[in-house]
Amino acid sequence: MSEKSNDIEVSQETGLAVVKPDAVRDPGIEPHRVRMTDKSPKHAKNAARQVALLFALSMLGSAFALWAYFAFPINEDLTTVRQNTLFLGIGITLGLLGIGIGAIHWAKTLMPDHEVAEDRHLIASPEDKRAAAIEIINLANQESGFTRRKLIRRTLYGALALFPLPGLIIFGDLGPNPGNTLRHTKWKAGTRLARDPYGTPIKASDVTIGSVYHAVPEGLVPGTEHYLEEKAKAAVLLVRVEPDKLIETEERKNWSYQGIVAYSKICTHVGCPVALYEQHTHHLLCPCHQSTFDLVDSCKVVFGPASRPLPQLPIYVDEEGYLRAQSDFHEPVGPSFWDRSVKS
Amino acid sequence: MSNTTSTQKKNGFLAGTANYVDERLGVAGVLKEFGRKVFPDHWSFMLGEVALYSFLVLLLSGTFLTFFFQPSMTEVVYDGVYAPLKGAHMSIAYASSLDITFEVRGGLLMRQVHHWSALLFVAAAGLHMLRVFFTGAFRKPREMNWVVGFVLFILGMGAGFTGYSLPDDLLSGNGLRIIDGMIKGIPFIGTWISSFLFGGEFPGTAIVGRLYSLHIMLIPALILVFLAIHLVMLVLHKHTHYSGAGKKDTNVVGYPLMPVYVAKAGGFFFIVFGVIMLISTFFTINPIWNYGGYDPSPVSAGTQPDWYIGWLDGALRLAPSHMEFMIGDFTVSMNILIPLAVSLLFLALVALYPFIENWITGDKREHHVLDRPRNAPVRTAIGAAGVMFYAILWAGASTDLIATQFKMSLNQVLTAMQISLIVLPIVSFIVTKRICLALQRKDREIALHGRETGRIVRLPHGEYIEVHEPLDKYDLYKLVDFKDYQPTLARPNAAGKITVRARIRASLSKFYFKDRVSPATQREIEEARHHAEEIEQQVQKAIELAK
Repeated sequence: MSEKSNDIEVSQETGLAVVKPDAVRDPGIEPHRVRMTDKSPKHAKNAARQVALLFALSMLGSAFALWAYFAFPINEDLTTVRQNTLFLGIGITLGLLGIGIGAIHWAKTLMPDHEVAEDRHLIASPEDKRAAAIEIINLANQESGFTRRKLIRRTLYGALALFPLPGLIIFGDLGPNPGNTLRHTKWKAGTRLARDPYGTPIKASDVTIGSVYHAVPEGLVPGTEHYLEEKAKAAVLLVRVEPDKLIETEERKNWSYQGIVAYSKICTHVGCPVALYEQHTHHLLCPCHQSTFDLVDSCKVVFGPASRPLPQLPIYVDEEGYLRAQSDFHEPVGPSFWDRSVKS
Repeated sequence: MSNTTSTQKKNGFLAGTANYVDERLGVAGVLKEFGRKVFPDHWSFMLGEVALYSFLVLLLSGTFLTFFFQPSMTEVVYDGVYAPLKGAHMSIAYASSLDITFEVRGGLLMRQVHHWSALLFVAAAGLHMLRVFFTGAFRKPREMNWVVGFVLFILGMGAGFTGYSLPDDLLSGNGLRIIDGMIKGIPFIGTWISSFLFGGEFPGTAIVGRLYSLHIMLIPALILVFLAIHLVMLVLHKHTHYSGAGKKDTNVVGYPLMPVYVAKAGGFFFIVFGVIMLISTFFTINPIWNYGGYDPSPVSAGTQPDWYIGWLDGALRLAPSHMEFMIGDFTVSMNILIPLAVSLLFLALVALYPFIENWITGDKREHHVLDRPRNAPVRTAIGAAGVMFYAILWAGASTDLIATQFKMSLNQVLTAMQISLIVLPIVSFIVTKRICLALQRKDREIALHGRETGRIVRLPHGEYIEVHEPLDKYDLYKLVDFKDYQPTLARPNAAGKITVRARIRASLSKFYFKDRVSPATQREIEEARHHAEEIEQQVQKAIELAK
């Protein structure tokens, strides 16, 4: 028992600290500095008046706020919102600050400001209390047989380890398995490109050189089912540049139409819309983290934290002159995920 | 008996109530124990109070908002008073936020009170942490309370972010989009977590309701629990005090709880509340009506997250290009994983710092007297480096605004930030350490020779000296009351081997305490005084001669 209690003795080692034998002696608490309000009854009386005045100001403020609530109602005219906020706010502010400043002024000028010292004791319990605590634990252990009865103890551990699992598994219906949804968008062979958010189809002749269209698949308009989810994947940017400026790979030669290209608008970094287009450099910029893509060079990353080019939507023009998708994107759009390149 | 009755009559209602309560709860003992408990006074101790009070304001204003806010993502066509959005499709969450703003009296005010106090809560908690760090208040016996406070800070950020996302406006939706993108980048489980979080594909119709549960129930409940632990520990440990005359590790010097601290702290609650109200009355925050409801396609340039998320957003921005790579068919998004790992490592270091420092110093004593930051030069320098690191990440979230405001190239600003993130913390470590040592030397100089009076005297033999005036004993004690540490050597253990652990510890302790200035001792001061007195005699002689 005595050996055990040695193990838990409160350690007060100094470690690397150097304790100087002739450190400067502590002169004790500085004597109290007398305030004006301590020695002059006139000042004390003034201070008391100031405190009362502040409290009275608070009352006025609160009353003003009550009045303002009714005096400045809100109606169709939006300036009434401003007035309501302003006057209600001023009243409440006065109501609060009056109490606060008053109370502190009271404490600082009229309440005693003699510093006093209180003793501290070591946080650790004294030896006898510790011994008593250990005694209780040992007794509890003895009476329950917690260490002695191994079978009970181990099965209890097992039970405790397993019981939270059903509690976790019932969260399984928080969402469906990701499945293939991230790999497909609303675009299909022949889907017309439509203006976002009006939903009117776009003709190739509408897209003049240098102009930008925010496009969505035709039929994707507010109010349709899964509108936001589909738009979060299907949004594209449609831009026309001079055809000879486009640097196209052999495979993608016929993905554009007379300099009109369509690229996914969803950043390959973390999914913000790449909404800014700089005409003279042909760069697309994501305003969230400044990833920059070169539109004429397959939207390759030229700057910023993104790693992959924006996916391109292959397009063509029908007999009536409307822009249509040749197919869905050839790769998942938006932020990277672990198995995005796994064929499924 | 007659005595009691007479006092009761004299004090009337108050004594009667006190008697009633005590007979049923026996609280007189508690009041006797805590009523005159001493609290030290210093402005820096108010930072934690500001955080506490802003949390109370958050609870009050938040409760008001819950009575009007509807956390549903069901789509509606807006038909409220705000004309520019009439007829727009939006979620009920956004529509009800607009209604709070434009149709509930005091609604906009309460929304702004809630938002401003959230910003203040995290800010005050952060400053409070810095105060605790730089004064060494986290040392034994308060290491656990540091960790509790750290958890509170993280919970505060969590509460802030979940709340920010609730109105379902364009800005907050983009914030969620970024979170979704980051989650998807986590190997193996990213898409699963995303699908579970959003109840399917982003944005889905579940997230606002789920964040609402977290925001108004789980997180505030956790904050309340940890706050309670934080405050119980504070009472248990008794508050620290700054070094100075009469202030020891074995006492606590200050003012009694009743009446001074009740008045000061109680009054301070009203001041904090009042200042938040003042700001909310005059300064717009988060004008969601300007942004419109969430739509994955539009976004405006120059948008910023709330300040406390900035450093995480900055970490994302500062990641260099082309860091993603493939292992077979699998994509590893290092451009997301590295910022994530760096941020988590930084937080881990913050949480564990008390234990690291304690391991290095091996100091197992209780510390109740605070260090002046200069008297722990390496700790202060580490803190400064950490602050700088955080600040660069934070500034990193505004690269675009810095570039447009100062008409610089965005690319150069970003590159400069990337370099600064590595270089400036090191620079600030070195500079801070040198400043601390210089201040310590100055203190020592003043302790030994007194303060300069600006009086120049020419001695008979022609020498000019400046007369120094000795400090009074209280000011002097402030300058010399600190602990001195010496670097340790790696010592062999019982088996005669120097372990790797011992070597690491020795080199760390060398790093911490190699450069140090010892406090002036009594003897040194007396010798200096003696010397000063000799000079003083010469000066007196010189003055007489001159006469």
